[in-house]
Amino acid sequence: MNNVIIIGSGPAGLTAAITCAQKGLEVSVIDEYMKPGGRLLGQLYEQPDGSWWNGINESKKLFQQAVNLGVQFYLETPVFNIEKKDSLWVVYTDKETFQTTNLLLATGAAEAPVPIPGWTLPGVMSIGAAQIMTNVHRVKPGNRGLIIGINVLSSAIAMELKLAGVDIACLALPKNNQITHESAHPKKVLDSLLHVAHMAPSTFVKLGSKLMKNNFMKELGVTFYPRNGVKMWDIPIQLKKAVIEIYGEQEVEGVTIASISSKGEVIEGSEENIAVDFVCIAGGLYPLAELAALTGCPFHYIEELGGYVPLHNEQMMTPVEGLFVAGNITGIEGAKVAAAQGKIAGLSIAKRSGKHQLDEDLKDAVQQGADTRKNAYIQFHPEVDSGRRRIQEEWEEYLVNNTVQFF
Amino acid sequence: MTLRVTDHPILGKLEKKKAVTFTFNDKQYTGYEDESLAAALLANEIRTLRHHEESGSSRGIYCNIGHCFECRVSINGKQGVRACLTPLKGNMIVESHGKLPTPVRDWRSSDE
Ligand SMILES: Cc1cc2nc3c(=O)[nH]c(=O)nc-3n(C[C@H](O)[C@H](O)[C@H](O)COP(=O)(O)OP(=O)(O)OC[C@H]3O[C@@H](n4cnc5c(N)ncnc54)[C@H](O)[C@@H]3O)c2cc1C
Ligand code: FES
Repeated sequence: MNNVIIIGSGPAGLTAAITCAQKGLEVSVIDEYMKPGGRLLGQLYEQPDGSWWNGINESKKLFQQAVNLGVQFYLETPVFNIEKKDSLWVVYTDKETFQTTNLLLATGAAEAPVPIPGWTLPGVMSIGAAQIMTNVHRVKPGNRGLIIGINVLSSAIAMELKLAGVDIACLALPKNNQITHESAHPKKVLDSLLHVAHMAPSTFVKLGSKLMKNNFMKELGVTFYPRNGVKMWDIPIQLKKAVIEIYGEQEVEGVTIASISSKGEVIEGSEENIAVDFVCIAGGLYPLAELAALTGCPFHYIEELGGYVPLHNEQMMTPVEGLFVAGNITGIEGAKVAAAQGKIAGLSIAKRSGKHQLDEDLKDAVQQGADTRKNAYIQFHPEVDSGRRRIQEEWEEYLVNNTVQFF
Repeated sequence: MTLRVTDHPILGKLEKKKAVTFTFNDKQYTGYEDESLAAALLANEIRTLRHHEESGSSRGIYCNIGHCFECRVSINGKQGVRACLTPLKGNMIVESHGKLPTPVRDWRSSDE
Protein backbone atom coordinates (compact mmCIF):
# COMPACT_ATOMS: atom_id res chain seq x y z
CA MET A 1 0.00 0.00 0.00
CA ASN A 2 1.16 3.47 -0.88
CA ASN A 3 -0.10 6.78 0.41
CA VAL A 4 0.48 8.17 -3.03
CA ILE A 5 1.29 6.95 -6.51
CA ILE A 6 2.59 9.40 -9.04
CA ILE A 7 2.41 8.54 -12.72
CA GLY A 8 5.13 10.42 -14.58
CA SER A 9 8.66 11.31 -13.45
CA GLY A 10 8.94 14.65 -15.22
CA PRO A 11 9.57 17.87 -13.31
CA ALA A 12 5.97 17.87 -12.00
CA GLY A 13 6.00 14.26 -10.79
CA LEU A 14 9.49 14.43 -9.27
CA THR A 15 8.80 17.67 -7.41
CA ALA A 16 5.49 16.31 -6.10
CA ALA A 17 7.28 13.13 -4.98
CA ILE A 18 9.88 15.15 -3.08
CA THR A 19 7.21 17.31 -1.45
CA CYS A 20 5.10 14.31 -0.36
CA ALA A 21 8.12 12.42 0.97
CA GLN A 22 9.25 15.47 2.93
CA LYS A 23 5.83 15.43 4.60
CA GLY A 24 6.35 11.80 5.59
CA LEU A 25 4.18 10.04 3.01
CA GLU A 26 5.02 6.77 1.27
CA VAL A 27 5.52 7.59 -2.37
CA SER A 28 5.90 5.51 -5.53
CA VAL A 29 6.66 7.01 -8.93
CA ILE A 30 5.87 5.06 -12.09
CA ASP A 31 7.24 5.97 -15.51
CA GLU A 32 7.47 4.08 -18.77
CA TYR A 33 10.72 5.74 -19.83
CA MET A 34 14.13 4.29 -18.91
CA LYS A 35 15.36 7.46 -17.23
CA PRO A 36 13.62 9.78 -14.78
CA GLY A 37 13.12 13.41 -15.85
CA GLY A 38 10.43 13.27 -18.54
CA ARG A 39 10.73 15.99 -21.16
CA LEU A 40 13.03 17.93 -18.88
CA LEU A 41 15.84 15.56 -19.92
CA GLY A 42 16.16 17.00 -23.40
CA GLN A 43 16.10 20.68 -22.47
CA LEU A 44 19.16 22.81 -23.03
CA TYR A 45 19.16 26.57 -23.36
CA GLU A 46 20.94 29.69 -22.19
CA GLN A 47 19.05 31.65 -19.56
CA PRO A 48 18.87 35.44 -19.42
CA ASP A 49 21.62 35.50 -16.75
CA GLY A 50 23.96 33.64 -19.11
CA SER A 51 23.89 30.30 -17.30
CA TRP A 52 22.76 27.14 -19.09
CA TRP A 53 19.59 25.25 -18.20
CA ASN A 54 20.81 21.68 -18.53
CA GLY A 55 17.84 19.31 -18.31
CA ILE A 56 19.96 16.23 -17.69
CA ASN A 57 21.57 17.77 -14.60
CA GLU A 58 18.27 19.21 -13.35
CA SER A 59 16.64 15.77 -13.70
CA LYS A 60 19.50 14.05 -11.88
CA LYS A 61 19.26 16.51 -8.99
CA LEU A 62 15.51 16.00 -8.56
CA PHE A 63 15.78 12.23 -8.90
CA GLN A 64 18.61 12.00 -6.34
CA GLN A 65 16.71 14.15 -3.88
CA ALA A 66 13.63 11.93 -4.23
CA VAL A 67 15.66 8.72 -3.82
CA ASN A 68 17.35 10.13 -0.71
CA LEU A 69 13.90 10.77 0.78
CA GLY A 70 12.91 7.15 0.21
CA VAL A 71 10.72 7.54 -2.88
CA GLN A 72 10.29 4.22 -4.74
CA PHE A 73 10.81 4.37 -8.51
CA TYR A 74 9.35 2.00 -11.08
CA LEU A 75 10.87 2.92 -14.44
CA GLU A 76 10.27 1.13 -17.76
CA THR A 77 6.75 0.54 -16.45
CA PRO A 78 3.93 1.70 -18.74
CA VAL A 79 0.56 2.33 -17.05
CA PHE A 80 -2.28 1.21 -19.27
CA ASN A 81 -5.32 1.47 -17.01
CA ILE A 82 -6.50 2.98 -13.75
CA GLU A 83 -9.63 2.16 -11.87
CA LYS A 84 -11.29 3.14 -8.59
CA LYS A 85 -12.34 0.26 -6.38
CA ASP A 86 -14.15 1.41 -3.26
CA SER A 87 -11.91 4.20 -2.01
CA LEU A 88 -8.70 2.80 -3.51
CA TRP A 89 -7.07 3.51 -6.85
CA VAL A 90 -5.86 0.46 -8.75
CA VAL A 91 -3.06 1.17 -11.20
CA TYR A 92 -2.45 -1.44 -13.88
CA THR A 93 0.98 -1.59 -15.51
CA ASP A 94 2.82 -3.92 -17.86
CA LYS A 95 4.59 -5.35 -14.82
CA GLU A 96 2.55 -5.25 -11.62
CA THR A 97 -0.66 -3.82 -10.25
CA PHE A 98 -0.47 -1.10 -7.60
CA GLN A 99 -2.96 0.31 -5.10
CA THR A 100 -3.11 3.70 -3.47
CA THR A 101 -5.39 6.21 -1.76
CA ASN A 102 -4.01 9.23 -3.61
CA LEU A 103 -3.20 9.25 -7.28
CA LEU A 104 -1.32 12.03 -9.06
CA LEU A 105 -1.30 12.12 -12.83
CA ALA A 106 1.76 13.96 -14.13
CA THR A 107 1.92 12.45 -17.60
CA GLY A 108 3.01 15.64 -19.38
CA ALA A 109 2.43 16.51 -23.00
CA ALA A 110 2.47 14.91 -26.42
CA GLU A 111 3.31 16.38 -29.82
CA ALA A 112 0.62 16.95 -32.40
CA PRO A 113 1.60 15.47 -35.76
CA VAL A 114 1.29 17.35 -39.05
CA PRO A 115 0.46 14.90 -41.80
CA ILE A 116 2.29 15.89 -45.00
CA PRO A 117 2.85 13.68 -48.06
CA GLY A 118 5.84 11.47 -47.25
CA TRP A 119 5.68 11.94 -43.49
CA THR A 120 5.81 8.22 -42.71
CA LEU A 121 9.22 7.76 -44.38
CA PRO A 122 11.99 6.69 -42.01
CA GLY A 123 13.99 9.81 -41.21
CA VAL A 124 10.89 11.91 -40.55
CA MET A 125 10.40 12.46 -36.83
CA SER A 126 8.80 14.84 -34.38
CA ILE A 127 10.92 17.78 -33.29
CA GLY A 128 11.00 16.35 -29.75
CA ALA A 129 12.38 13.07 -31.07
CA ALA A 130 15.33 14.92 -32.54
CA GLN A 131 15.85 16.79 -29.26
CA ILE A 132 15.96 13.56 -27.20
CA MET A 133 18.21 11.78 -29.72
CA THR A 134 20.70 14.63 -29.77
CA ASN A 135 20.81 15.86 -26.18
CA VAL A 136 19.93 12.73 -24.19
CA HIS A 137 21.22 9.84 -26.31
CA ARG A 138 23.89 11.93 -28.01
CA VAL A 139 23.11 10.59 -31.47
CA LYS A 140 22.42 13.09 -34.25
CA PRO A 141 19.11 12.54 -36.08
CA GLY A 142 21.10 12.93 -39.29
CA ASN A 143 23.69 15.16 -40.89
CA ARG A 144 21.40 17.70 -42.51
CA GLY A 145 17.76 18.28 -41.71
CA LEU A 146 14.81 20.54 -42.34
CA ILE A 147 12.21 21.53 -39.75
CA ILE A 148 8.54 21.84 -40.69
CA GLY A 149 6.62 24.12 -38.35
CA ILE A 150 7.76 27.42 -36.89
CA ASN A 151 7.00 27.84 -33.19
CA VAL A 152 8.66 28.29 -29.80
CA LEU A 153 9.67 24.66 -29.49
CA SER A 154 11.02 24.22 -33.01
CA SER A 155 13.05 27.44 -32.81
CA ALA A 156 14.57 26.38 -29.49
CA ILE A 157 15.38 22.86 -30.66
CA ALA A 158 16.81 24.09 -33.97
CA MET A 159 19.37 25.95 -31.92
CA GLU A 160 20.09 22.84 -29.82
CA LEU A 161 20.66 20.79 -32.98
CA LYS A 162 22.99 23.44 -34.26
CA LEU A 163 24.95 23.32 -30.98
CA ALA A 164 25.51 19.59 -31.51
CA GLY A 165 26.84 20.19 -34.99
CA VAL A 166 23.77 19.22 -36.99
CA ASP A 167 23.22 21.23 -40.16
CA ILE A 168 19.68 22.66 -40.49
CA ALA A 169 18.67 23.70 -44.01
CA CYS A 170 15.81 25.86 -42.72
CA LEU A 171 12.62 26.09 -40.70
CA ALA A 172 9.61 26.29 -43.02
CA LEU A 173 5.83 26.20 -42.76
CA PRO A 174 3.73 23.17 -43.62
CA LYS A 175 1.60 23.49 -46.74
CA ASN A 176 -1.81 24.92 -45.97
CA ASN A 177 -4.54 22.32 -45.65
CA GLN A 178 -7.52 21.70 -43.41
CA ILE A 179 -5.37 20.25 -40.68
CA THR A 180 -2.36 22.56 -40.72
CA HIS A 181 -4.62 25.61 -40.93
CA GLU A 182 -3.21 28.14 -38.41
CA SER A 183 0.30 26.70 -38.38
CA ALA A 184 0.44 27.27 -42.15
CA HIS A 185 -0.76 30.87 -42.06
CA PRO A 186 2.22 33.24 -42.21
CA LYS A 187 0.53 36.06 -40.27
CA LYS A 188 -0.57 33.80 -37.42
CA VAL A 189 2.88 32.23 -37.26
CA LEU A 190 4.56 35.61 -37.24
CA ASP A 191 2.25 36.54 -34.38
CA SER A 192 3.42 33.59 -32.31
CA LEU A 193 7.02 34.09 -33.36
CA LEU A 194 7.02 37.55 -31.86
CA HIS A 195 6.83 35.90 -28.46
CA VAL A 196 10.15 34.15 -28.97
CA ALA A 197 11.74 37.37 -30.13
CA HIS A 198 13.75 37.69 -26.92
CA MET A 199 15.52 34.45 -27.83
CA ALA A 200 16.38 35.61 -31.31
CA PRO A 201 19.50 37.57 -32.04
CA SER A 202 17.93 38.73 -35.27
CA THR A 203 17.26 42.40 -35.70
CA PHE A 204 14.29 41.78 -37.94
CA VAL A 205 12.41 39.71 -35.40
CA LYS A 206 13.49 41.88 -32.48
CA LEU A 207 12.56 45.12 -34.17
CA GLY A 208 9.44 43.47 -35.44
CA SER A 209 8.24 42.45 -32.02
CA LYS A 210 8.28 46.06 -30.89
CA LEU A 211 6.66 47.39 -34.02
CA MET A 212 4.17 44.72 -34.86
CA LYS A 213 1.74 45.04 -32.01
CA ASN A 214 -1.28 45.52 -34.23
CA ASN A 215 -2.69 43.50 -37.07
CA PHE A 216 -2.02 46.07 -39.76
CA MET A 217 1.65 46.07 -38.91
CA LYS A 218 1.68 42.29 -38.88
CA GLU A 219 0.21 42.21 -42.35
CA LEU A 220 2.98 44.56 -43.43
CA GLY A 221 5.50 42.45 -41.56
CA VAL A 222 4.58 39.36 -43.54
CA THR A 223 4.41 41.29 -46.78
CA PHE A 224 7.88 42.71 -46.31
CA TYR A 225 9.26 39.56 -44.76
CA PRO A 226 12.31 38.82 -46.91
CA ARG A 227 11.70 36.15 -49.54
CA ASN A 228 14.82 34.30 -48.43
CA GLY A 229 13.83 34.40 -44.80
CA VAL A 230 15.60 35.86 -41.80
CA LYS A 231 18.19 33.98 -39.81
CA MET A 232 18.09 32.91 -36.18
CA TRP A 233 21.36 31.41 -34.98
CA ASP A 234 22.34 31.38 -38.63
CA ILE A 235 19.41 29.09 -39.51
CA PRO A 236 17.02 30.49 -42.14
CA ILE A 237 13.44 30.90 -40.95
CA GLN A 238 11.14 30.79 -43.97
CA LEU A 239 7.77 32.38 -43.36
CA LYS A 240 7.18 32.62 -47.09
CA LYS A 241 7.96 29.05 -48.02
CA ALA A 242 6.02 25.89 -47.32
CA VAL A 243 6.88 22.22 -47.57
CA ILE A 244 4.73 20.46 -50.15
CA GLU A 245 6.17 16.99 -49.90
CA ILE A 246 8.86 14.89 -48.27
CA TYR A 247 10.39 12.52 -50.82
CA GLY A 248 12.57 9.43 -50.83
CA GLU A 249 12.49 5.87 -52.13
CA GLN A 250 12.72 3.97 -48.82
CA GLU A 251 13.94 6.72 -46.50
CA VAL A 252 14.05 10.54 -46.52
CA GLU A 253 16.10 11.96 -49.41
CA GLY A 254 14.77 15.50 -49.47
CA VAL A 255 11.80 17.85 -49.39
CA THR A 256 10.00 19.88 -52.01
CA ILE A 257 9.42 23.42 -50.88
CA ALA A 258 7.53 26.26 -52.60
CA SER A 259 6.94 29.97 -52.13
CA ILE A 260 3.62 30.99 -50.62
CA SER A 261 1.59 34.19 -50.56
CA SER A 262 1.00 36.07 -47.31
CA LYS A 263 -2.26 34.12 -47.02
CA GLY A 264 -0.42 30.81 -47.27
CA GLU A 265 -1.31 29.85 -50.86
CA VAL A 266 1.34 28.10 -52.93
CA ILE A 267 2.76 30.11 -55.85
CA GLU A 268 2.76 27.82 -58.91
CA GLY A 269 6.14 27.11 -60.45
CA SER A 270 8.15 28.12 -57.38
CA GLU A 271 8.83 24.54 -56.24
CA GLU A 272 12.40 23.54 -55.46
CA ASN A 273 14.00 20.44 -53.94
CA ILE A 274 16.27 20.51 -50.91
CA ALA A 275 18.36 17.41 -50.15
CA VAL A 276 18.28 16.37 -46.47
CA ASP A 277 18.64 13.08 -44.61
CA PHE A 278 16.10 13.85 -41.90
CA VAL A 279 13.00 15.99 -41.40
CA CYS A 280 11.45 17.18 -38.14
CA ILE A 281 7.78 17.95 -37.77
CA ALA A 282 6.80 20.50 -35.14
CA GLY A 283 3.03 20.51 -34.76
CA GLY A 284 2.89 21.89 -31.23
CA LEU A 285 2.13 20.26 -27.89
CA TYR A 286 -1.10 19.11 -26.24
CA PRO A 287 -1.76 17.76 -22.73
CA LEU A 288 -1.42 13.96 -22.49
CA ALA A 289 -4.52 13.28 -20.46
CA GLU A 290 -5.89 9.88 -21.50
CA LEU A 291 -5.48 8.36 -18.05
CA ALA A 292 -7.56 11.15 -16.52
CA ALA A 293 -10.30 10.43 -19.04
CA LEU A 294 -10.55 6.89 -17.65
CA THR A 295 -11.59 8.22 -14.24
CA GLY A 296 -14.67 10.08 -15.39
CA CYS A 297 -13.05 13.42 -14.58
CA PRO A 298 -14.74 16.21 -16.61
CA PHE A 299 -12.65 17.82 -19.38
CA HIS A 300 -12.64 21.29 -20.90
CA TYR A 301 -11.19 22.49 -24.17
CA ILE A 302 -9.00 25.50 -23.50
CA GLU A 303 -6.92 26.62 -26.43
CA GLU A 304 -4.50 28.69 -24.35
CA LEU A 305 -3.61 25.55 -22.39
CA GLY A 306 -3.03 23.46 -25.50
CA GLY A 307 -6.31 21.51 -25.80
CA TYR A 308 -8.48 19.33 -23.58
CA VAL A 309 -7.50 19.48 -19.92
CA PRO A 310 -8.98 17.63 -16.94
CA LEU A 311 -10.97 19.93 -14.65
CA HIS A 312 -8.84 20.99 -11.69
CA ASN A 313 -8.44 23.86 -9.25
CA GLU A 314 -5.47 25.98 -8.21
CA GLN A 315 -4.51 23.36 -5.66
CA MET A 316 -4.20 20.73 -8.40
CA MET A 317 -7.21 18.74 -7.22
CA THR A 318 -9.75 17.29 -9.62
CA PRO A 319 -13.42 16.77 -8.72
CA VAL A 320 -12.71 13.03 -8.54
CA GLU A 321 -11.91 12.13 -4.95
CA GLY A 322 -8.25 11.29 -4.42
CA LEU A 323 -7.23 12.25 -7.98
CA PHE A 324 -4.70 15.03 -8.50
CA VAL A 325 -3.04 16.46 -11.61
CA ALA A 326 0.13 18.53 -12.14
CA GLY A 327 2.39 19.67 -14.93
CA ASN A 328 1.63 19.74 -18.64
CA ILE A 329 -1.42 17.47 -18.28
CA THR A 330 -3.09 20.66 -16.96
CA GLY A 331 -1.80 22.89 -19.79
CA ILE A 332 1.34 23.39 -21.84
CA GLU A 333 4.02 25.41 -20.04
CA GLY A 334 7.74 25.20 -19.32
CA ALA A 335 9.50 22.88 -16.87
CA LYS A 336 9.75 25.39 -14.02
CA VAL A 337 5.99 25.93 -13.97
CA ALA A 338 5.46 22.15 -14.08
CA ALA A 339 7.75 21.76 -11.05
CA ALA A 340 5.91 24.53 -9.19
CA GLN A 341 2.62 22.74 -9.85
CA GLY A 342 4.15 19.49 -8.61
CA LYS A 343 4.92 21.16 -5.30
CA ILE A 344 1.33 22.41 -4.97
CA ALA A 345 -0.04 18.95 -5.77
CA GLY A 346 2.33 17.37 -3.24
CA LEU A 347 1.11 19.70 -0.49
CA SER A 348 -2.55 19.07 -1.40
CA ILE A 349 -1.97 15.33 -1.21
CA ALA A 350 -0.23 15.68 2.16
CA LYS A 351 -3.18 17.72 3.38
CA ARG A 352 -5.66 15.08 2.22
CA SER A 353 -3.54 12.45 3.97
CA GLY A 354 -4.17 14.20 7.27
CA LYS A 355 -1.01 16.28 7.61
CA HIS A 356 -1.88 19.46 9.46
CA GLN A 357 -0.99 23.12 9.14
CA LEU A 358 -0.33 23.11 5.46
CA ASP A 359 -2.70 25.92 4.51
CA GLU A 360 -0.02 28.61 4.63
CA ASP A 361 2.42 26.43 2.67
CA LEU A 362 -0.22 25.75 0.07
CA LYS A 363 -1.06 29.40 -0.31
CA ASP A 364 2.63 30.25 -0.73
CA ALA A 365 3.12 27.45 -3.25
CA VAL A 366 0.17 28.67 -5.35
CA GLN A 367 1.63 32.18 -5.31
CA GLN A 368 5.05 30.79 -6.23
CA GLY A 369 3.45 28.99 -9.18
CA ALA A 370 1.89 32.22 -10.44
CA ASP A 371 5.21 34.07 -10.08
CA THR A 372 7.08 31.34 -11.95
CA ARG A 373 4.55 31.64 -14.76
CA LYS A 374 5.01 35.39 -14.92
CA ASN A 375 8.81 35.10 -15.17
CA ALA A 376 8.85 32.11 -17.50
CA TYR A 377 11.49 32.22 -20.19
CA ILE A 378 9.53 30.01 -22.55
CA GLN A 379 5.84 30.67 -23.00
CA PHE A 380 4.05 28.20 -25.23
CA HIS A 381 0.91 30.31 -25.49
CA PRO A 382 1.00 34.08 -25.00
CA GLU A 383 -2.42 34.03 -23.30
CA VAL A 384 -1.70 31.19 -20.89
CA ASP A 385 -2.81 33.33 -17.94
CA SER A 386 -6.29 33.71 -19.31
CA GLY A 387 -6.42 29.95 -19.94
CA ARG A 388 -5.57 29.36 -16.28
CA ARG A 389 -8.32 31.78 -15.25
CA ARG A 390 -10.84 29.98 -17.44
CA ILE A 391 -10.23 26.56 -15.95
CA GLN A 392 -10.57 28.07 -12.47
CA GLU A 393 -13.92 29.59 -13.52
CA GLU A 394 -15.03 26.21 -14.85
CA TRP A 395 -14.14 24.72 -11.48
CA GLU A 396 -16.18 27.30 -9.60
CA GLU A 397 -19.12 26.71 -11.89
CA TYR A 398 -18.82 22.97 -11.36
CA LEU A 399 -18.98 23.49 -7.59
CA VAL A 400 -22.31 25.30 -7.94
CA ASN A 401 -24.03 22.15 -9.20
CA ASN A 402 -21.91 19.37 -7.71
CA THR A 403 -20.52 18.41 -4.36
CA VAL A 404 -16.86 17.66 -4.26
CA GLN A 405 -15.33 15.70 -1.41
CA PHE A 406 -12.30 17.81 -0.53
CA PHE A 407 -10.14 16.62 2.30
CA MET B 1 30.92 9.91 -40.51
CA THR B 2 29.55 8.94 -37.10
CA LEU B 3 26.28 10.34 -35.88
CA ARG B 4 27.44 10.15 -32.26
CA VAL B 5 27.93 13.51 -30.60
CA THR B 6 31.18 12.70 -28.83
CA ASP B 7 32.04 16.29 -27.94
CA HIS B 8 29.34 18.77 -27.06
CA PRO B 9 30.09 22.46 -26.40
CA ILE B 10 27.79 22.53 -23.34
CA LEU B 11 27.19 18.92 -22.36
CA GLY B 12 30.86 18.00 -22.64
CA LYS B 13 32.46 14.73 -23.66
CA LEU B 14 30.43 11.55 -24.03
CA GLU B 15 30.85 9.51 -20.85
CA LYS B 16 32.54 6.15 -21.25
CA LYS B 17 29.98 3.40 -21.51
CA LYS B 18 30.20 -0.34 -22.01
CA ALA B 19 30.04 -1.41 -25.66
CA VAL B 20 27.85 -4.45 -26.36
CA THR B 21 26.92 -6.34 -29.51
CA PHE B 22 23.42 -7.16 -30.70
CA THR B 23 21.84 -8.36 -33.90
CA PHE B 24 19.26 -6.63 -36.06
CA ASN B 25 17.75 -8.80 -38.79
CA ASP B 26 20.63 -11.29 -38.38
CA LYS B 27 23.42 -8.72 -38.81
CA GLN B 28 25.66 -7.88 -35.90
CA TYR B 29 26.06 -4.31 -34.59
CA THR B 30 27.67 -2.57 -31.63
CA GLY B 31 26.00 -0.12 -29.27
CA TYR B 32 26.30 1.07 -25.68
CA GLU B 33 24.70 -0.90 -22.88
CA ASP B 34 21.48 0.70 -21.58
CA GLU B 35 21.22 3.34 -24.27
CA SER B 36 17.90 3.15 -26.08
CA LEU B 37 17.72 0.54 -28.82
CA ALA B 38 16.39 3.22 -31.17
CA ALA B 39 19.50 5.32 -30.51
CA ALA B 40 21.85 2.36 -30.95
CA LEU B 41 20.25 1.54 -34.31
CA LEU B 42 20.38 5.14 -35.50
CA ALA B 43 24.03 5.40 -34.47
CA ASN B 44 24.56 2.47 -36.85
CA GLU B 45 22.71 4.51 -39.49
CA ILE B 46 19.68 2.22 -39.37
CA ARG B 47 16.49 4.21 -39.84
CA THR B 48 14.12 1.59 -41.18
CA LEU B 49 12.86 -0.42 -38.23
CA ARG B 50 9.99 -2.29 -39.86
CA HIS B 51 7.68 -2.50 -42.83
CA HIS B 52 4.02 -1.67 -42.50
CA GLU B 53 1.83 -4.72 -41.83
CA GLU B 54 -0.49 -4.01 -44.72
CA SER B 55 1.19 -1.69 -47.23
CA GLY B 56 4.75 -2.92 -46.72
CA SER B 57 6.07 0.66 -46.70
CA SER B 58 9.13 1.34 -44.54
CA ARG B 59 8.81 2.91 -41.09
CA GLY B 60 11.17 4.27 -38.44
CA ILE B 61 10.98 6.17 -35.18
CA TYR B 62 8.63 9.13 -35.01
CA CYS B 63 8.16 10.43 -31.44
CA ASN B 64 11.11 8.73 -29.68
CA ILE B 65 9.24 8.81 -26.34
CA GLY B 66 6.80 5.93 -26.47
CA HIS B 67 3.68 7.68 -27.77
CA CYS B 68 3.32 6.64 -31.41
CA PHE B 69 4.31 2.95 -31.57
CA GLU B 70 5.96 3.49 -34.97
CA CYS B 71 9.21 1.95 -33.69
CA ARG B 72 7.85 -1.47 -32.75
CA VAL B 73 10.21 -4.38 -33.34
CA SER B 74 10.54 -7.87 -31.99
CA ILE B 75 13.13 -8.38 -29.24
CA ASN B 76 14.31 -11.85 -28.29
CA GLY B 77 11.15 -13.21 -29.89
CA LYS B 78 8.72 -10.83 -28.17
CA GLN B 79 6.72 -8.89 -30.74
CA GLY B 80 5.57 -5.27 -30.74
CA VAL B 81 8.19 -3.84 -28.39
CA ARG B 82 8.93 -0.10 -28.66
CA ALA B 83 12.60 0.37 -29.59
CA CYS B 84 12.61 3.93 -28.22
CA LEU B 85 11.71 2.75 -24.69
CA THR B 86 13.98 -0.31 -24.60
CA PRO B 87 17.46 -0.15 -23.03
CA LEU B 88 20.00 -2.04 -25.14
CA LYS B 89 21.48 -5.20 -23.64
CA GLY B 90 24.30 -7.38 -24.93
CA ASN B 91 23.30 -10.21 -27.30
CA MET B 92 19.84 -8.81 -27.89
CA ILE B 93 18.18 -10.33 -30.93
CA VAL B 94 16.18 -7.66 -32.70
CA GLU B 95 14.02 -8.30 -35.73
CA SER B 96 11.86 -6.17 -37.99
CA HIS B 97 8.21 -6.81 -38.42
CA GLY B 98 7.27 -7.10 -42.05
CA LYS B 99 4.25 -7.05 -44.26
CA LEU B 100 1.64 -9.59 -43.22
CA PRO B 101 -0.13 -11.85 -45.72
CA THR B 102 -3.37 -9.91 -45.30
CA PRO B 103 -6.32 -11.19 -47.27
CA VAL B 104 -7.63 -8.75 -49.84
CA ARG B 105 -10.04 -6.39 -48.20
CA ASP B 106 -12.11 -4.08 -50.27
CA TRP B 107 -12.68 -1.29 -47.78
CA ARG B 108 -11.06 1.40 -49.88
CA SER B 109 -13.80 1.76 -52.45
CA SER B 110 -16.47 2.29 -49.81
CA ASP B 111 -14.25 4.57 -47.73
CA GLU B 112 -12.93 6.98 -50.28
C1 LIG C 1 8.89 16.78 -27.08
C2 LIG C 1 8.80 17.86 -26.04
C3 LIG C 1 9.82 18.81 -25.95
C4 LIG C 1 9.75 19.82 -25.00
N1 LIG C 1 10.77 20.73 -24.90
C5 LIG C 1 10.70 21.73 -24.01
C6 LIG C 1 11.74 22.69 -23.90
O1 LIG C 1 12.73 22.65 -24.65
N2 LIG C 1 11.62 23.66 -22.94
C7 LIG C 1 10.54 23.72 -22.10
O2 LIG C 1 10.48 24.60 -21.23
N3 LIG C 1 9.55 22.83 -22.20
C8 LIG C 1 9.60 21.85 -23.13
N4 LIG C 1 8.57 20.95 -23.23
C9 LIG C 1 7.41 21.12 -22.36
C10 LIG C 1 7.52 20.11 -21.24
O3 LIG C 1 6.37 19.35 -21.33
C11 LIG C 1 7.68 20.77 -19.90
O4 LIG C 1 8.85 21.54 -19.88
C12 LIG C 1 7.81 19.77 -18.73
O5 LIG C 1 8.75 18.75 -19.01
C13 LIG C 1 6.50 19.16 -18.37
O6 LIG C 1 6.68 18.41 -17.21
P1 LIG C 1 5.68 17.29 -16.74
O7 LIG C 1 6.25 16.78 -15.46
O8 LIG C 1 4.31 17.81 -16.74
O9 LIG C 1 5.71 16.15 -17.86
P2 LIG C 1 6.92 15.36 -18.67
O10 LIG C 1 8.19 16.06 -18.39
O11 LIG C 1 6.42 15.26 -19.99
O12 LIG C 1 6.91 13.97 -17.93
C14 LIG C 1 5.85 13.06 -18.06
C15 LIG C 1 6.35 11.65 -17.81
O13 LIG C 1 5.22 10.78 -17.73
C16 LIG C 1 5.54 9.57 -18.33
N5 LIG C 1 4.29 8.92 -18.76
C17 LIG C 1 3.30 9.44 -19.52
N6 LIG C 1 2.30 8.56 -19.69
C18 LIG C 1 2.67 7.43 -19.02
C19 LIG C 1 2.05 6.15 -18.82
N7 LIG C 1 0.85 5.86 -19.34
N8 LIG C 1 2.72 5.23 -18.10
C20 LIG C 1 3.93 5.52 -17.55
N9 LIG C 1 4.55 6.71 -17.70
C21 LIG C 1 3.93 7.65 -18.42
C22 LIG C 1 6.44 9.93 -19.48
O14 LIG C 1 7.26 8.85 -19.84
C23 LIG C 1 7.23 11.11 -18.92
O15 LIG C 1 8.48 10.73 -18.41
C24 LIG C 1 8.63 19.90 -24.17
C25 LIG C 1 7.60 18.96 -24.27
C26 LIG C 1 7.69 17.93 -25.20
C27 LIG C 1 6.55 16.93 -25.31
S1 FES D 1 9.07 6.24 -31.76
FE1 FES D 1 7.07 6.63 -31.06
S2 FES D 1 6.77 4.97 -29.71
FE2 FES D 1 8.83 4.74 -30.26
